[in-house]
Formats: sequence, structure tokens, C-alpha cells
Amino acid sequence: MDTVWVALALSLKVAGLATLLAALSGVATGFVLARGRFPGRDVLDTLLTLPMVLPPTVLGYYLLVLLGRQGALGGWLQAQWGINLIFSWQGAVIAAAVVAFPLVFKPARAAFEAVDGQLEQAAQVLGISRLAVFFRITLPLAWRGILAGILLAFARALGEFGATLMVAGSIPGKTQTLSIAVYEAVQAGQDDVANLLVGVISAVCITVLLAAGYLAPGRLAQR
Amino acid sequence: MLDIAIQKTLRTGKRSFQLNVQLQSASQHTVLFGQSGAGKSLTLKAIAGLMTPDSGHIRLGGRLLFSQPGGVNLAPQARQLGYLFQDYALFPHLTVRQNVAFGLVRGWLNPRTRAQYDEVEHWLHSFGLAAMAQQLPGELSGGQRQRVALARALVAKPRALLLDEPFAALDPALRHDMRQTLLALLAQVQIPLLLITHDEQDVALFGQQVFELRDGQAHAANLATFTEATPRHD
Repeated sequence: MDTVWVALALSLKVAGLATLLAALSGVATGFVLARGRFPGRDVLDTLLTLPMVLPPTVLGYYLLVLLGRQGALGGWLQAQWGINLIFSWQGAVIAAAVVAFPLVFKPARAAFEAVDGQLEQAAQVLGISRLAVFFRITLPLAWRGILAGILLAFARALGEFGATLMVAGSIPGKTQTLSIAVYEAVQAGQDDVANLLVGVISAVCITVLLAAGYLAPGRLAQR
Repeated sequence: MLDIAIQKTLRTGKRSFQLNVQLQSASQHTVLFGQSGAGKSLTLKAIAGLMTPDSGHIRLGGRLLFSQPGGVNLAPQARQLGYLFQDYALFPHLTVRQNVAFGLVRGWLNPRTRAQYDEVEHWLHSFGLAAMAQQLPGELSGGQRQRVALARALVAKPRALLLDEPFAALDPALRHDMRQTLLALLAQVQIPLLLITHDEQDVALFGQQVFELRDGQAHAANLATFTEATPRHD
């Protein structure tokens, strides 16, 4: 039974860090695409949404190509810092973050676009710097939509299987997350372990979805 | 007092709009009159620093705010102006007191709900807003919202007040009362005003010097031709 709790702890660590990465990059990108006016904006939006649509194995393959020893980024990390992300839990974090990213970025962009630009202008005229306006006006008004996206991203990262398996493999206690442990347990015919794993992950996901639904814009009046 | 000469060309698709406003006013109260689409709001935004003209200069109360040949373009934050937006632009997530105190706190955090500042309490009381200081803007009437917006602009001690169609968002039945209220409130503060409007009654009541904007061009107009007595239907 120990494997279950080890896998759960690893899953929460990987999904938590992946959500943090996806949240920071997703909010920043969502803001830039909501406010920025530059050529290629729609193409960029499409590319950044791709991880939501691509089969996770395809995404995992891309990441392997990019992060592997022969890859552009992986080769540089290895040569410069001696870092190898493949078959490591950090690699699993990257894979889950990439898969979860569009789930933050999309609602964040929509939430920022829904903020009345005139409020930001009013704050600037009152002497508040652009950065402070972002934290005092823009972010609080967009927060509810962003938070719902972050919770969905967490649920998605927690359930990540394909890309994680391609990049990080299935090393028990090291990279074997809950969803991968389910697969392994079923393959090995350990039905009791599989049942427990499935129960745990279902409960966590239901909780997250309930929270996301509660926070989604429109459920509670924002004003 | 006010010296503007600005040019700006705006393009949306195949249509383009030329703003070419030149005006000088020595009066404390200046009114810019014109139909919608004449470039009034654009001019006001240029003065506030929310829109950058292609060329020209803007001087207000002896301060150079913008000069394209001189390479001067003060940020909106540095212009120290009060701006009353047409629909007031109150911050919906902040209480009346927080809205009024907004410009007094410079950091990354909004003023606390219970924070007390002498200036804020002063304006809340003199504008009759003390009873609703803890309410959100969404719970207020149009007239109350306008007073909150005005208090928020005045707390920061602006060098001039820009008013964008201050009565257009109000019920016509309310407009008359609100004009009188605003006049009385503004009498409490001796501050230069620039008001833009498409309503002749506003011109008659607020203007000391009036300019008419037509198709992006400003023309000096005679105040005597605008009368308060002729109500117009919008």
C-alpha cells in the first residue's frame, strides 16, 4: 500500500509545481495577448493553445526532442549546468506544466480582455504606475476567471499521463505518478492497488472541479 | 491657462480621422462643445496623456505637458490632472472610501477598507457620501457615483479638472439638479476646468470661454449664443 501514498505525494508535488509554472507563465502570456497589439498575435495564440489539442504522446515526443541530450535545450542544459531533465521528476513537472498551460492562458486572456481599459486609465491619471495598476485594478478584476483556470490546470496536471510517461518514464518513487501507477497496477494484475489509486485520484479531481465551478465567472456576481 | 495645438491622424480600416485642434483659453472655465465624433474625447485624452498626438504641444497652467518638437511627453501619472470620465470609471471592487483614497496610496496595494485619511473624510463629508463610504459603487445611484468620481479626482489636489460629458450618463430628469449640484461643489474648489459636452445647456452654465469642435477642428464660439433656456432633445 506504500506505493499508493508515495505515488500520491509525488503526484501532488509534480502537479503543484507544474500548476505554479503554468499559472505564472499563463497569466503573463494571457495579459500580453489581451493587451498587446502586434502582428502574429493570432498565430501565437493558436500555437500556445496547441498543447490542449495535441495527443499527449505527440507533445511528449516534442519535449523529448527539445529536452533530450541531443535536443537544442537539453544539450545546452547538460553542457552548461549538467542538468538532465529526461527520466527525472523535474522532467515530469515540465511535461505537466506544458499540458496544463493553455488551461490557464485561455481563461486568463479572456478575463483580462473583460477588464474595462478605462479603469486602468483612470488609475494612471490618479498617479499610479502601470505595474501598480496591474496589481491593484487589472489582476483583482480578472482574478476569479484566472483562478478557475488555475484549478482546472491543477486537475489536468494531476491526471497527466502520456507526455509525462514519454519524458519522465515510470520509475517507482521517482517519476511514477498516480495516473502512471494506475496503469502499472492494472498491467501487473494488482486490482486492490488499482482500486485504491483510482478512488484517491477521483476524489481529488472531484474536489478540484467543484472548487473550479464555484469560482467560475458568472456563478457569483463579480460586482 | 490652456494652450493647445495638436495634430493626430487616426486610421481604422479605410476610414481616417484628422484631429487638428488649436485653442488658447485664459479663462478658469473652458468648455469644448461639439457633436459626438467631433474629437472632443480625443482632445481630452491627449491633455490627460492617455493619447499621444502626432505633433504639436499642450501647455496647461504654465506647465508644458507635451511638445513633439521639444521631445516632452509627461506620463499621465506626472500630469497631476483630475479626470471625470463619462461613466465615472469607479473601481467596482473597491468601496466608496477606497475609491476616493485610491490616488493617495502609491504602492502595489489598494488602500485598506478601514483606512482613514483626513482628506478622504473631508471630501466624503462635503459631498454627502459619508453614509455610503463602505458601499461598493454598484450599489449607488448615478448622482452618487458622479460625486464619488469627483471626490476621487479632487483628493489628489489636481492642477486642473477635465470633465468628459459629466451629465450624459444621467437621466434627463436628473440632469438639471446634478448641474446645480456640480456647480455648487465646484464653487468649493477654485480649480481650472475643461469641460467637454454636446449639450448647449452645459455650455451656458459652465462656460466662461467656449470653443466648438467640428470634424476635428476647433473654432472659438460666442458664449452668448448658448442659452440655458432652450432645452434640446438629444
